[in-house]
Amino acid sequence: MKQWWWKFLAVGLVLIASIAALRTPLAPAVVHASEGALKPGPNTVTVLGYATRFTQESPRVFVENGGQFIAADQVEVLDDRRITARFLVPEGLREDMSDLLVSTTTQGTMRLFDAFYNPEKGSGALEGVTEGPPRTERTDFAFPNRNILYESIRNLHFHVPMWFTMMLLQTIALVFSISVLGSGNPLHDRGALAAVHVSLLFAGMGLLTGSLWARATWGGWWTSDAKLNGAAVTVLIYLAYLVLRGSVNDPAKRARLAAIYNVFAYVLMLLFIMALPRMTASLHPGSGGNPAFSQYDLDDSLRPVFYAAVLGWMGIGTWLLNLQYRLARIEIAHDHAHHR
Amino acid sequence: MRSEILHLLRLEVALDLRQRAAWGGMLLYVVSAVYVCHLTMKDALGTGTWNALFWIILLFAAFNALARSFLREDQGRQLYLYTLAHPRSVVLARALYNAVTMVVLSLLSLLFYALFLGNDALAQADLPQFITAVVLGGIGFAAVLTLIAALAARAGNGIGLMAILGFPIVLPMLLAVMRASQLALSGAAWAETGMYFLGIAALDVVTVALAWLLFPYLWRD
Repeated sequence: MKQWWWKFLAVGLVLIASIAALRTPLAPAVVHASEGALKPGPNTVTVLGYATRFTQESPRVFVENGGQFIAADQVEVLDDRRITARFLVPEGLREDMSDLLVSTTTQGTMRLFDAFYNPEKGSGALEGVTEGPPRTERTDFAFPNRNILYESIRNLHFHVPMWFTMMLLQTIALVFSISVLGSGNPLHDRGALAAVHVSLLFAGMGLLTGSLWARATWGGWWTSDAKLNGAAVTVLIYLAYLVLRGSVNDPAKRARLAAIYNVFAYVLMLLFIMALPRMTASLHPGSGGNPAFSQYDLDDSLRPVFYAAVLGWMGIGTWLLNLQYRLARIEIAHDHAHHR
Repeated sequence: MRSEILHLLRLEVALDLRQRAAWGGMLLYVVSAVYVCHLTMKDALGTGTWNALFWIILLFAAFNALARSFLREDQGRQLYLYTLAHPRSVVLARALYNAVTMVVLSLLSLLFYALFLGNDALAQADLPQFITAVVLGGIGFAAVLTLIAALAARAGNGIGLMAILGFPIVLPMLLAVMRASQLALSGAAWAETGMYFLGIAALDVVTVALAWLLFPYLWRD
């Protein structure tokens, strides 16, 4: 029992994180406005919400430009997700882009960033400006809602932990390999192999979850992207590692050659993965100005679930490695006994 | 150590002079590849395709040329060499010699390539920059593939294994030089391409340092 607690913990964390990742509702949000630009004068806009209940509220609609608010003078609720609002837009708004705000009584104030383009820039409106809506904080536990991700934001808790776990296992393989170079210990060679095997399992799951997400979000199973190239290179390196092992028969020589390749490839891969996103544009969340985790968690609802998932999956990866390592130890002991 | 490396370099040159067919083989490989491209891609190539095709040819030429760098001595001669020189000198000399080989081979490839597939793509190019990219790319391939060639030779499974082991590691280098040469072809400023050149050079240094660290373990049997 004493040595089992972390296995229970890992399984528990993965279960809790997965249930939370799937069951937590998405926060209500404004996701679309029917007009792309607001000209001075009257403008009518249809606003689309997601997970909203406009019919049970009396929503107020605002446009914000450079800290100045314009309230809609006519608001008509069409259904739970749609409102039509009319703005009398004054002249001289100072910023290029305006935000759209919908203020509700029970669901707080929702903001659609950069909803409208402002074609005629000035130095600030002089009239028609009102107080902004109250800054209400939501207190319920919900995932942030962005109009490019919607429900697919849940994949954060499945996709990213796979890669983190893979990197942990590959780092363990590196440590084993360095030890093999120093000592030639056959058990450590088998440890490196076990870590690579388990890391490839996690890489496979990372590719699967990523591919499904990419299909839903980008429209293709695979795109040419810096992060994806990094993932492909990583998988190819460790498959090549297995091929190298397969082509050498002498165990001591195999251990040494595999260790050399592992150290060489790991360091170059690390440099590549650090340098590549700086070289090329990327569509992947977290690079190229795309929103990532840190810009989302305004209400810190993603963090606890994500950390639990990462720790849990890392624990399960370590457990798998532990099993394989123990199996290798038995096999080596068995071989010794056999030869004697 | 320096004199040891110089001696080993002299040995490489002497070996190459003795086996002239090896260089002939490397050049013929490039010329054949270029000619196949010439036959299959008769229509005018866009600059992007021209650049990509050139680097693909050069990549395979590099694998072909560098595979032999640890295969040309038999086990006995390798052992003899090992008793004479420090393994780190051996790997540095090999990397240096491979780099020179690749620079010559890259420039000759560029010549043939421009001859057969047209040099329209070079019209807008900043030529010194493009040649810098080609030279740095050649050196980069040599740096990465030297240790891989030694590993593949040691595993007793020549060029096939070398391609499998080398491809994922050389890919970053390939992407970086392709991007730099694409910029050079569109006539970008040195300030823009210079960042890539520095990056590639830094990657070369790290790669050679790793080879220098790891090679003694590979050598001993």
